[in-house]
Amino acid sequence: MKVLVAVKRVVDYNVKVRVKADNSGVDLANVKMSMNPFCEIAVEEAVRLKEKGVATEIVVVSIGPTTAQEQLRTALALGADRAILVESAEDLTSLAVAKLLKAVVDKEQPQLVILGKQAIDSDNNQTGQMLAALSGYGQGTFASKVEVSGDTVAVTREIDGGAQTVSLKLPAIVTTDLRLNEPRYASLPNIMKAKKKPLETLTPDALGVSTASTNKTLKVEAPAARSAGIKVKSVAELVEKLKNEAKVI
Amino acid sequence: MTILVIAEHDNKVLAPATLNTVAAAVKIGGDIHVLVAGQGAGPVAEAAAKIAGVSKVLNADNAAYAHQLPENVAPLVAELGAGYSHILAAATSNGKNILPRVAAQLDVDQISEIISVESADTFKRPIYAGNAIATVQSTAAIKVITVRATGFDPVAAEGGSAAVEAVGAAHDAGTSSFVGEELAKSDRPELTAAKIVVSGGRGMQNGDNFKHLYALADKLGAAVGASRAAVDAGFVPNDMQVGQTGKIVAPQLYIAVGISGAIQHLAGMKDSKVIVAINKDEEAPIFQVADYGLVADLFEAVPELEKLV
Repeated sequence: MKVLVAVKRVVDYNVKVRVKADNSGVDLANVKMSMNPFCEIAVEEAVRLKEKGVATEIVVVSIGPTTAQEQLRTALALGADRAILVESAEDLTSLAVAKLLKAVVDKEQPQLVILGKQAIDSDNNQTGQMLAALSGYGQGTFASKVEVSGDTVAVTREIDGGAQTVSLKLPAIVTTDLRLNEPRYASLPNIMKAKKKPLETLTPDALGVSTASTNKTLKVEAPAARSAGIKVKSVAELVEKLKNEAKVI
Repeated sequence: MTILVIAEHDNKVLAPATLNTVAAAVKIGGDIHVLVAGQGAGPVAEAAAKIAGVSKVLNADNAAYAHQLPENVAPLVAELGAGYSHILAAATSNGKNILPRVAAQLDVDQISEIISVESADTFKRPIYAGNAIATVQSTAAIKVITVRATGFDPVAAEGGSAAVEAVGAAHDAGTSSFVGEELAKSDRPELTAAKIVVSGGRGMQNGDNFKHLYALADKLGAAVGASRAAVDAGFVPNDMQVGQTGKIVAPQLYIAVGISGAIQHLAGMKDSKVIVAINKDEEAPIFQVADYGLVADLFEAVPELEKLV
C-alpha cells in the first residue's frame, strides 16, 4: 500500500512571533523554520505503518517555497522513500493547497493520505477535509489511532467530550491529532542517506491547478494585551477579592 | 442576504455553541435559517425554532446524518447552502470536520474560527496560536465560516417562533461508517460552557493530585481543565486540554493551578473575565495575565481555597 504524507514548513513552535510594524503580516525574517508539529506526527504514523508491513512506499509532499526542501529531507531522514515539492512562493489558501494535493493524489494514486490536522501558522484546520471532498474519499480527522485492515481503515478521532471511531473505505484521508504518536528523531546515518533519496520538483502550472483565492488578508495585528493584575498574599485575601471586588463567586 | 447556520447537536439536545453561532449571524445581518441534520432530531429542530432571531428551521432527518459523518452531511449542506450568502457553523469538532468539506464542494475558501464580524464580508480571526489577529475579507459568493463560540455572546434560546420545514434528499456517500464513541461521563459542567473553570498544569505532579481540583470545582460548580503539559505527561485525558490545540474557554472565572502559562495555553483561556493564578514560581508567565496571583504551594493553597469558598 502506498501512503502519501503532506508536510508544511512553518515557524518553529518555540518561536514567539511578532507582528510587522506595517500590519502586513508576521515577521518571518531570520526566524527558525521547522516541519509543522502535526505533520511530524503524520510522517511518524506513515513510518510506523511501513514498519508494520502495512505500507510499502511512503511519498512525502510539500507545497511551498524552495526552502521547504529542508522539511522534505527531514521527512526522508525519518523514513519516507521519496519526496515531491510543489514549488510556490505565494502564500496559498487551504483550498489551493488541497487542489494541488488532489493533483498529486491523481498522479500517485495512494491508498492512504496522512496530513496534520492544522498548521500552527494559519491555524486553518481545513486542508485534509478539503482534499477528502475534492477526491470523494472518506476522512478521519483529528486521529488518535489508525488501524488498516484489508480495504478499510478504522480511525479513532478526538472529538468534543471524548473519542469517536469511524471506519473508512480505502483510499481515505487521515489528519493527525497530538496523541496519535510521539515522533522519533532522525539519526545521523539516516540524515546522510536522506540526501540521496529522490526529490522531484513540480509547479502548480505543471499540475494544471489554479491557486486563485477568494480570501484576502487586509491586516495582521498583535492581540489586545491583557495586563497583569495584583498579587494577593493569602488564600483568604484571594477569596475576599473574588467575592467582593470581582464578584465572580 | 440569508444566512444558513448549521446546528450543533446530538439528535436530542441543541448544543449551546449554536446560540453563539447565531449571534455571529445576527452581527452579519439578514435572515437567519438553521439547518438541523440528524436522525430523529425533532426536539432539536423545535429548540432551534425558538432561538431569538431565527426565521426558519430546516430539518433534514435521515439515518445517513445520525452521526454527523462529513461524507454525508457536507453534500447536504453544499446542496442547501447554494442559495445562501453565508454558511456558518460553530468551530466544534463537528463544525471543523464538516465545513471545509462544504467549502471545497462549493469551490470557495473557508474562513476558520472568526472571533469578530467587521462587516458582512470581513472578519477577524486568530492566527499563530492567537499571537496575531488577522482581518480577512472574503469575495466568495457564498462565505463559508466557522465561529469561535467564545468570541460571541449567545443569543437568547427562547423568544423566536420559526417554522420548521422538512428538507433534503438523503446523501449517503457510502465511504464511511460510524463504529462507536466513548464520551467522558461527568456531572460537572462542560468545559466550554462552564461559568467557572479550574485547570491544573505540570505542577499537579500526577493525575491523582487532580482530586484537589475536582473537590474545589465541585464546591464552585466549575468544570476542570488542564494544560497541554499535564495532558502530555499523562495526568489527565486529552479532552480536558485547554489551549490552542485543545478547548478554547472564556468563563467568568478561570483558576490556573500549577500552570506556567505557555503561549499555547494562554491562547485557550486569555479571554476569560477574571483569571486567578496559583503557582509557587513567582516568575511564571501566567502571572502576567492573571488578575489575581497567589504565589504559594498549590497543595496547601487549593485545599484552603476549597474550605473558604
